[in-house]
Amino acid sequence: MKHIISMLIENESGALSRVSGLFSARGYNIHALTVAPTNDETLSRLTLVTSGTNQQVEQIVKHLNRLIDVVKVVDITEGEHIERELMLVKLKATGVMREEIKRLADIFRGTIVDVTSTIYTVQLVGEIQKLDAFIDAIDDALIVEIVRSGAVGLMRGEKSLHL
Amino acid sequence: MELTGAQILIHYLEDEGVELIWGYPGGAALPIYDALDTDAKKLKHVLVRHEQAAVHAADGFARSTGLPGVALVTSGPGATNTVTGIATAYMDSIPMVVITGQVATAMIGLDAFQEIDTVGITRPIVKHNFLVKDVKDLAITLKKAFYIATTGRPGPVVVDLPKDVQNALCDYQYPKEVSLRSYQPIVKGHSGQIKKALDMMLAAKQPIIYTGGGVVLGGASADLTELAHQLGFPVTNTLMGLGGFPASDKQFVGMLGMHGTYEANLSMHNSDLIIAIGARFDDRVTGNLEKFCPDAKVIHIDIDPASISKNVAVDIPIVGPVKQVLAEMNQLLKKTGIKMDDEVLQAWWSQIEAWRATDCLRYDQLGHKIKPQAAVEAVWRITEGDAYVTSDVGQHQMFTAQYYPFDKPRRWINSGGLGTMGFGLPAAMGVQAAFPEETVVCVTGEGSIQMNIQELSTCLQYGLPIKVLCLNNGFLGMVRQWQEFFYDRRYSMSYMDSLPDFVKLVEAYGHVGIRIDNPETMEQQLEEAFSEKYKNRFVFIDVITDQQENVYPMIPAGAGLDEMILV
Repeated sequence: MKHIISMLIENESGALSRVSGLFSARGYNIHALTVAPTNDETLSRLTLVTSGTNQQVEQIVKHLNRLIDVVKVVDITEGEHIERELMLVKLKATGVMREEIKRLADIFRGTIVDVTSTIYTVQLVGEIQKLDAFIDAIDDALIVEIVRSGAVGLMRGEKSLHL
Repeated sequence: MELTGAQILIHYLEDEGVELIWGYPGGAALPIYDALDTDAKKLKHVLVRHEQAAVHAADGFARSTGLPGVALVTSGPGATNTVTGIATAYMDSIPMVVITGQVATAMIGLDAFQEIDTVGITRPIVKHNFLVKDVKDLAITLKKAFYIATTGRPGPVVVDLPKDVQNALCDYQYPKEVSLRSYQPIVKGHSGQIKKALDMMLAAKQPIIYTGGGVVLGGASADLTELAHQLGFPVTNTLMGLGGFPASDKQFVGMLGMHGTYEANLSMHNSDLIIAIGARFDDRVTGNLEKFCPDAKVIHIDIDPASISKNVAVDIPIVGPVKQVLAEMNQLLKKTGIKMDDEVLQAWWSQIEAWRATDCLRYDQLGHKIKPQAAVEAVWRITEGDAYVTSDVGQHQMFTAQYYPFDKPRRWINSGGLGTMGFGLPAAMGVQAAFPEETVVCVTGEGSIQMNIQELSTCLQYGLPIKVLCLNNGFLGMVRQWQEFFYDRRYSMSYMDSLPDFVKLVEAYGHVGIRIDNPETMEQQLEEAFSEKYKNRFVFIDVITDQQENVYPMIPAGAGLDEMILV
């Protein structure tokens, strides 16, 4: 099962490699990883998507907590949460496909953010599954390039990750 | 007071109470070595002959004293040579600070001479590491390094110090306190969990206390002994836990695991409750996890939450310092006065005694060849079981664990987790330097000793009167044993050909060499080696032992604890 693990880490060089190094050293996998500064300039927020049994993920969280540069860790998929990922998809858009892609993007509430005579670039925001579904709905032959931001997420309501 | 970074380091170490460091100079550490010369008052430095040995020596010092070990090396190859030593300390949770020189900050990333990414290379084998880029951060970084290394689950910390930072000037004041928002070691076990655990312990029918290096590291031996005596339960130790409970105590059933005793392993396998204390269910202890202790519930006391339920699912976890948790248990037991049903406990003990009666450590003492076990037992007798004993890795390590029973903690110094050949001699230097008046024995083999034999020179320079017991069977014994059992006796590369004459070799280094190849004279020769005559001399005892001897009992890989090979 997929888990989204969200953490606050010291905004220092090397902090990210401690986290990614832990995953490779212990044979855990990382489906996606995203990291950016927060409103507190000494902290970065790192979100990663991993998979494993509950026991494995519990172990991952414990090992992350052991890292000195990791300040707080939470598996946000443990409770109610909101998750979003951003994707840009560059598609071959010629002939009838120009209209077809536009329609499909509308269905998925995507926006076309760049247009040339032969290419549409579609921007999509949503849960991981929604982005997967969009790709499934498109003929592989039309896809020129895909870039995904990796998921970010927050726990719902009052709960939050803070010092 | 304005000092250079290098001076700050020396002053800091003295203010921290460090009296002894181990190291080797080089280009990127020259300012530090200069400050050592000009500024050190009490701080002593031991010059080793290879950086790996500096770290092992600091490690041996730490294991025997409980204080953090400190090593100092230069950049590049100096730093990479420390890697095995750091990993050894990391696997066994030894408090240590390793200071590495680094090329100047402006040169970092330019493939400068003797530049290496020390922080990157050591990252997976340290508790934490630092690259100090500004001299203003130096003192507090050192404080953090010592704090992290010595608290919680201890471990090695590396501080990488660029040469320009060593030369830069800055005001220095010893930082008395440090706090890290992301590192708050647990100082107390959960009282509710402790009560629940005690209830479970008193309701058990076939309980066993299984303890590891955490008891030794946590200074909890006395508390463990008291708890075991209050409860009357059998106690087994891991390789790292030996000495944590007195081996001469009748409740001690020996070491468990791959080369553990029959009674320890069968008591574990048949137990209905395992009380694991400062131990981590290592694969050498559990054997095949699917067959591990099928009927046992598990209570696990450990300082490190990540050790809990890592390999074996735990019923009652208690995260906290073992000393504090055991003390609280002792107090509760005394207060309530509740004991386990005596009849039930006696029934369990008579079963254990029946297993013990197999006398699984007996060995054939006849013949013209010296049995390695007999050599270790003789040294145990001669040193009255009270020496500090370091070892390398292999058969001799297991023979020592089996035939040199320890009654005190911190006497048994070996690389349990990483299994580092070449550890024994430099570790013994660390122990001997810490305890100049004590008998320090390094039990080794002709394979392991050659991995750090250059340290014979260091031992001469600093007058370290270590006694080396080299069990020389001309084979990488443990490799040979596995090849005999599991590879149809194809002894691929395990025979040690062209061995040096160790007696002549150590004499060339200025030491005393003794060869023993006759079982008849062994005891007498060993007595001489440990006599007053050589009290202040380094003595290398080369014992020619039976080439065919194997370590028994043995649990083959993939088997359960009840599937031991006895002889």
